[in-house]
Amino acid sequence: MQFHRPETVEDALHLMAGQPAKLLAGGTDFFPALGGRRTSDAVVDLTGIASLSGIARSGSSWRIGAMTRWAQIRDADLPRQFLGLQLAAREVGSIQIQNTGTIAGNLCNASPAADGVPPLLALDADVEIAGPDGTRVIPLFDFITGVRRTELKPGEIVTAVLVPDAPASRSAFLKLGARRYLVISIAMVAANVVLSSGGALDGIAIAVGACSAVAQRLRKLEENLTGTVPGSEDFQKAIAEYGLHELTPIDDVRASADYRLAAVRTLIARAVMQAVEGRG
Amino acid sequence: MALTDYALESGTSFDLNGRTVTVDGPPSERLSYALRERAGARDVKVGCDAGDCGACTVLIDGNPVCACITALGQVEGAKVETQVGLAANDAAGKALVDSFQRHQAAQCGICTPGMMVSAVSLLRLRPQPSEEEVRDALGGVLCRCTGYRKIIDAVMDAGKPVETVEGGVGASIPRVDGLPKVTGTERFGDDVAPEDALTLRVIRSPFHHAAFEFGDLETYKAETGLDLVLTAADVPGKNCFGVIPGFEDQPMFAEGKVSFKGEAVAAVVGSTELVNALDLTAFPVTFKQLSHALLPEDAASVDDIHRNRAENVMCRGFVKRGSPETVMSEAAFVAEGSFSTGFIEHGYIEPEAAFARRAGDRIEVHCCTQAPYMNRDGIALLLGLPGDAVRIVPTAVGGGFGSKLDLTAQPYVALAAWLLDRSVRITYTRSESISSSTKRHPSQITMRIGADADGNILAAEFDGVFNTGAYASWGPTVANRVPIHASGPYKTPNYVARSAGIHTHTPPAGAFRGFGVPQSALAQEPLYDDLANALGMDRLEFRRRNALRNGDATVTGQVFQKGMGIADCFDALVPHWQRALEDAAKANASGGRTRRGIGIAGGWYGCGNTSMSNPSTIRAGVTSEGEIVLHQGAMDIGQGANTVITQIFATALGVSVSSIHLVGPDTDVTPDAGKTSASRQTFITGNAARLCGEALRERILRLANVSAHADISFADGWIDVVDAAGAHRIELPSLEADNGTYVLEAKESYDPPTLPLDENGQGVPYAVFGTTAQMAELEVDMDLGTVKLLRIIAAHDVGKAINPLLVEGQVQGGVAQGIGLALMEEFLPGRTENLHDYLIPTIGDVPPIETLILETGDEHGPYGAKGLGEHCLIPTAPAILNAIKDACGARVPNLPATPDKVLAAIRAIQAASPTADGELSPAS
Ligand SMILES: Cc1cc2nc3c(=O)[nH]c(=O)nc-3n(C[C@H](O)[C@H](O)[C@H](O)COP(=O)(O)OP(=O)(O)OC[C@H]3O[C@@H](n4cnc5c(N)ncnc54)[C@H](O)[C@@H]3O)c2cc1C
Ligand code: FES
Ligand code: FES
Repeated sequence: MQFHRPETVEDALHLMAGQPAKLLAGGTDFFPALGGRRTSDAVVDLTGIASLSGIARSGSSWRIGAMTRWAQIRDADLPRQFLGLQLAAREVGSIQIQNTGTIAGNLCNASPAADGVPPLLALDADVEIAGPDGTRVIPLFDFITGVRRTELKPGEIVTAVLVPDAPASRSAFLKLGARRYLVISIAMVAANVVLSSGGALDGIAIAVGACSAVAQRLRKLEENLTGTVPGSEDFQKAIAEYGLHELTPIDDVRASADYRLAAVRTLIARAVMQAVEGRG
Repeated sequence: MALTDYALESGTSFDLNGRTVTVDGPPSERLSYALRERAGARDVKVGCDAGDCGACTVLIDGNPVCACITALGQVEGAKVETQVGLAANDAAGKALVDSFQRHQAAQCGICTPGMMVSAVSLLRLRPQPSEEEVRDALGGVLCRCTGYRKIIDAVMDAGKPVETVEGGVGASIPRVDGLPKVTGTERFGDDVAPEDALTLRVIRSPFHHAAFEFGDLETYKAETGLDLVLTAADVPGKNCFGVIPGFEDQPMFAEGKVSFKGEAVAAVVGSTELVNALDLTAFPVTFKQLSHALLPEDAASVDDIHRNRAENVMCRGFVKRGSPETVMSEAAFVAEGSFSTGFIEHGYIEPEAAFARRAGDRIEVHCCTQAPYMNRDGIALLLGLPGDAVRIVPTAVGGGFGSKLDLTAQPYVALAAWLLDRSVRITYTRSESISSSTKRHPSQITMRIGADADGNILAAEFDGVFNTGAYASWGPTVANRVPIHASGPYKTPNYVARSAGIHTHTPPAGAFRGFGVPQSALAQEPLYDDLANALGMDRLEFRRRNALRNGDATVTGQVFQKGMGIADCFDALVPHWQRALEDAAKANASGGRTRRGIGIAGGWYGCGNTSMSNPSTIRAGVTSEGEIVLHQGAMDIGQGANTVITQIFATALGVSVSSIHLVGPDTDVTPDAGKTSASRQTFITGNAARLCGEALRERILRLANVSAHADISFADGWIDVVDAAGAHRIELPSLEADNGTYVLEAKESYDPPTLPLDENGQGVPYAVFGTTAQMAELEVDMDLGTVKLLRIIAAHDVGKAINPLLVEGQVQGGVAQGIGLALMEEFLPGRTENLHDYLIPTIGDVPPIETLILETGDEHGPYGAKGLGEHCLIPTAPAILNAIKDACGARVPNLPATPDKVLAAIRAIQAASPTADGELSPAS
């Protein structure tokens, strides 16, 4: 059984081209998915590729390397548009998981409860993918196609997550779980807001996770809320009356579908308020 | 090409605790496995192999990570630090060793390496962390024993100057067996097998109920290269085990039919590499599913699982006193309700593990267990051997809580080692452990309690159905215990309680801290609140009024003249209750979407077996060199028996604890101290230790012919005895030795005085009851249904605290399990078989716990001490439920009270009274 630890993306792609291989990043999804078994496939470990790690701005876009760990995101000095993502980073599993789990691993694993997805959806993130035929960039929303399903083709590697710079945007993230640490979300909400000088919502993005196969942006609600003043009666009413048709929650061991819908409504209002107030 | 390719046979090289090592092994192997099995770092513990428990935490380049989800090949060139290295060489590590010892932050010790490694990384960055920082840093490590509070204390206190406490009965000395636990050298069930041991894995049923047939096992064995394939046909003795006489009903391997998902049908044995690489789903067995019942209400409509147990009723329990039916109809106030709880998994962080080897005509089993002698006798029957042909050598136990009483992994390795004459080892995977081990009984209870207009309890009627799973295990104990305890520690002159244990196609429900009593308290205590509210009485005051006192008869007619301490427990809570009432009123006055509530509950628990002989024996000796050796057979599963028994013995003998050399449980050299369950060790083995210490002292005093008040001290070859009349020296080599080992030996037993119960359950079931009252303060989020605990205050009458710090540790650990029972835990067969779907409290879920220790003495306990282990979780969940209702007006009768259930309950009362909108308006 082969175990490769390339140091460049080119080498990794080269290795992937030759054989069916499994990509290994932080391993926090990789190993639990094995259960008691061992891998028999070749493994290409990406942790040796230094260029895939780190957060930087270039022009009007931020680039978060695929192998950037949650701990790096949590501790980075970033503008407030990323506060929601950083709050999510703090909620991923535990310190141990944050020290190894990567942002791309979270997206590629494509769990409905992945905490990284809603904040990145609210940030209008794109996914950069390198493959045998070169590099392509697709919206995150199109990248995750279902439960544990993505647009990734054999031989491809996610190399970065790209986020448009939005200095006026503030954000928040709320996660609801049945215990404090190491918990899979019952529901979570990310919000990015831009306020007018009068305090009304000029721009708003709301994304909800764990309430559908793939986390969803609530575009219609965003439209309805635009122009309202957070906390006002109009604002509350818009949320209370919204149909949440994007969401298709299920009953599972963590909570009932009805509960998820009820809780999400509360979480949306609170997340927007928190984003507005800039609380961490 | 700049490519590091580890497919080369060069091994992986890294720095392990300051030493460069090269580890051969597949680079994609879990680092935890490679460290333990290839690099000898057995201080790295494995509790789940999935990142869920943090026991395997190591530092990689200074950062805590889970070694079980890291590939060996990923640490090439890295710096890896583990507990052993940090405890020996790191400044923060050393400070934590002292501090963990001082605070008794390690109970069983299985989580301790993960905790301490994580804490080192925190302290390196923040030498004086806040509590929140400690919680964040340790949030990834689960502990099932301590309730985390001592761990938080220890980390925040690391590096502070140390004052060592010494002393016998009454002193908060550090654990006598603590040091190996905090330095990473303790050896648990999976840490002791010799290198050349073969590995065994069990093939289990994937279905709740199925018939099965094997394919060609001989061919399978030959093709795979296994050393052995075992099935029921290979069991030389009777293929049946159990724990209660008359209820031994569980096969080691199922025969033709399985009755729960996870039941064993076969086992494979071979070299470790071979067995670990095996795809167990390819084992030649075919199952045909049969219709199953997972709930008691469905049990009568499926085939009987056991002959002679019609409609799957295992057994029933019954207690009756007075005329409950007539008196109930005269009561001014009657409260009634139905309540339920689910299966609760013990969730010890150490999965079951054992290794066995044959020595001639004897078999030796090293395992983590709570009951070495019962294991010995059970294995002897399965193997068709006489009892003394089996030796059980217990390892350290990484938590048990009742489930490690029953045989689990031991018989498989014993049989394989017996047949092959080779060492054979096994360690359960986490999902194997959860799916096949015993559980707390799910309960469905209806209860009615009636009171007169002055608030005196007149009568109670209780009906409880307990799902006992496919096999009896300790089910009969639950069925018997519950009717004796379901009144709670209150005067209940007219009473009837009926219980039934029902078989279903689920894992056997067995012993779990409290044997059904925590479930019955979850019916009776909420109804006490309802009665108090209906009467317009303060809830604490109502309980005090009805609390049993010395001289009152219990529901079995037993009268205690001494030691019924429940009223003292409630009294101790009064000032806290008043303060909490005021705090809650203040908090709620300011409005908002969170509401504060407080709740209270009482509990009691009889120590020892119910109306049955359950003796303990303690042996001690003095060698000719003057060493005092204590053979202490009470299994220490983290609760502290090694320390408590030694303290009692030392006090009785009149020497210091540090002068005693401890020999632990081992069925060849240490007599039977019974099982570690039923809160019996401090009381029963403690009494045996006291008698043994007194007997030895008596002999020494007689040899010196001095008064009872003499001081004795031991030195190399002699004993000095000094009293007012002068000093005497007993030269040990000059005495005629008792036996080849000891010049002076003493052995004493104690069996608590009980009397059988009659057909109405009247009699003397226990010699000692311990009592407790706890209160919970919490907040409910009215829109999300989430509950945030603020504080638990626990008053416990322990008779006499042999070691107050151990008492606090037991209480905090029990409370944490009560929190889990109340708010998050439920095992669903086939669905929550891992530690991310089965949730137990993390360090962030346990609020500050204040322990109020009361010492009202006891007629029978050693120095007045009673048991405690189980009492501490009984009132916790009811106090929390009562506080939830106090906060939001809604009762959640079906546990766990997860956010969705709490919110549904809130919405239901809001719908019933639309104006309420969560304003405090007691339902009913
Ligand atoms: C105990 C525990 C708790 C957890 N808690 C949370 C939580 O609270 N919230 C949450 O969202 N998640 C949680 N997770 C899941 C997990 O930690 C995250 O999803 C993490 O971000 C995954 O990253 P990784 O680097 O470990 O991925 P890996 O396990 O290494 O890989 C995951 C998958 O992605 C593929 N992959 C990885 N990187 C790339 C790449 N660059 N290009 C293409 N494919 C790639 C791998 O082949 C694999 O299939 C938890 C996991 C554990 C074990
Ligand atoms: S064994 Fe690694 S986290 Fe449990
Ligand atoms: S001491 Fe933490 S699990 Fe036992």
